[in-house]
Amino acid sequence: MNRDRYTLIALLMPAAIVFVAFFLLPLANLFVIGGTGALGWAAYGAVLTEPRYLSSLVSTVALAGATTIATLIVSGISGVFLTRNRFRGREVLTALLTLPLAFPGVVIGFMVIMLAGRQGLIPDVTDALFGERLVFAYSMAGLFIGYLYFSIPRTILTLMAAAEKLDPRIEEAARSLGAGPLRVVRDVIVPALQPALLAAGAICFATAMGAFGTAFTLATKINVLPMVIYTEFTLQANVAMAAALSFVLGAITWAVLAIARTAAGNTVAAAG
Amino acid sequence: MKHRTSPAFWLLLAFTLTVCAFLVVPVVMSMLAGVTQNYFIGWRGGLTFDWVLKVWTDYRHTILRSIQIALACLACTLVLGVPAAYVLARRTNALTRSIEELLVMPVAIPGLATALALIVTFGAFGELRRSWVFILIGHVLFTLPFMVRSVLAVLASIDLRTLEEGASSLGASFAQRFFGIVLPNCRSGIVAGSLMVVTLSLGEFNMTLLLHTPLTPTLPVGLADSYASLRIEVGSAYTLVFFVIIIPLLIALQMASRPLSKKSIQ
Repeated sequence: MNRDRYTLIALLMPAAIVFVAFFLLPLANLFVIGGTGALGWAAYGAVLTEPRYLSSLVSTVALAGATTIATLIVSGISGVFLTRNRFRGREVLTALLTLPLAFPGVVIGFMVIMLAGRQGLIPDVTDALFGERLVFAYSMAGLFIGYLYFSIPRTILTLMAAAEKLDPRIEEAARSLGAGPLRVVRDVIVPALQPALLAAGAICFATAMGAFGTAFTLATKINVLPMVIYTEFTLQANVAMAAALSFVLGAITWAVLAIARTAAGNTVAAAG
Repeated sequence: MKHRTSPAFWLLLAFTLTVCAFLVVPVVMSMLAGVTQNYFIGWRGGLTFDWVLKVWTDYRHTILRSIQIALACLACTLVLGVPAAYVLARRTNALTRSIEELLVMPVAIPGLATALALIVTFGAFGELRRSWVFILIGHVLFTLPFMVRSVLAVLASIDLRTLEEGASSLGASFAQRFFGIVLPNCRSGIVAGSLMVVTLSLGEFNMTLLLHTPLTPTLPVGLADSYASLRIEVGSAYTLVFFVIIIPLLIALQMASRPLSKKSIQ
C-alpha cells in the first residue's frame, strides 16, 4: 500500500505543523532568549554558580527525590497488596486510590491545607492528643505531602499493571526454599517490578521537579525552582533569567524521563 | 488466598486503608466545608448553599471559560491527534518512533517552560495574547500526547493492515476505509483519550497561570485566587463545584480505560 504514502504524510501534517510552530520553534526561541540577559550565555551556568539558584535547585532535587522514594514505597506496598489479594471492597478501594489521578496541583495544595493547614485535621488531632497544633502545610513538608498525594494514584496504577504480570509461583518457590517474607520482597518482587518502579519513579521525580500549582497554593516563599522561575518572570521581570532557568529545568526533567524510558519502556505523564 | 487470615494481610489492609484515607478524607472535608455556614464551628453550625451560590455569581465566568477551552481543546486534539495516531500505527519505524517521542515532550517538560516559550515568542501579538485561544494553544500541546497514545494503544492491538487490505481489495477508497473501519475500531481509544483531554484541560494550571490575562482567568486560576484571598468556605465551595465537574469525568475515565491495555491512559 505504498500509494498511501502521501495520504499518510497529509494526515500527519496538521499535528506536525501545530507542533513545530507552537512548540519546537518557541522552545528554540526560549533557548536563545535565555542567553540575552545581563549574564549572557553564562545564564545557563547560573543555576550552578549563583548560590541563590543553586540552593533552590538542591532543595528541588531533594524534594523530588524524597517524593519519589516515599511514593514508590507506599504505592508498591498497596499496589502489590491489591493485586495479590481478592476481597470484598477491593474494586472500590482501587477506584478510590486512583480517583485523584488528574487533580490539579492547586487543588492538591488545598487538600494539604485541609489536612495540615491552620484549621486542618492533623492540627486538630495533635491538639486533642498533645495539646499542641502541628501545622506544617505552608512549608517544604506540606509540599512533600502534596506531591505524595499527587503521585500515589498514577504510581499505583503503573505498579498494579506490572504486578499483575508477576508469576506468584516464583514467590511460592522462594518461600518453599525457606525465604522469609522480607527476603521474598527484596529478592523476588522488587527485582521483578524494577522496570515499572524505574518508569513510575522517573515520572514522580520529573513531575515533582516541574510542578508548581501546589507550591503556589501553599506558600510563594517555598524555595523550589519553579517558584523561583515564576518570581523572576513576574516580580523581577527578568525574562532572560526565567527563560534560561526554565530551559534548564525542562532539560533536567526531559533527561530523567528519557533515561528511565530507555531503561524501562513506556512514558507516563505529568499533569496540571 | 491463604494470606487472608494471616496478620500480614490485616496489616497491609490497614496500611492501604490509611493511604486511601489520606487521599479521600481531605476531598470529603473540603466538600463539606463548602456547604457549612461557618467552618470554625463545623457542620453543627448548619448547612448552606450560600457559598456555592456566591461562587457561581462571582466565578461563573471562569467555570464557563474552562469548559469552553476544554471542549475546544478536545476538538483540536481529535482533529490533530486521531489522524496522527493512525499514521503512527500504520508505519512503525525509527522516524515514527521519534515523532512519537517528540509529541510527548510537552508533557515531559514542565508547563512553566512551555508557557514561557509561548509568551516570549507570541506575547507581542497582543490580540492573540489577550485571547483565550492563547491558553488553548498550551492546552492542546499538553493534551495531544494523551489522545495520540490512547488511540495508538487501541490501533496497535488490532490487525489494522488485514482489515484495511480486505476493504481495499473490495474497492473501498481511503476515506471509506478511514471512516468505515479505522474510526469505529478505535472508538474505545478515542473515548478514553477524550475524557483524559477534557479532564486535564479543565484542571491545567502550570501553563495557564502564565498564559492567562486578567481578562481570561480559568477555573484553576480562579481557585488559586480564592484560596489566597477569600475565606475558607468560599475556597471550599469553589473546590466543591470543581469536584462536581471533574469527579464524574474521572469515574468515566476509570470505566472507559478498564477494558483497554493499562498503559493507554498513562
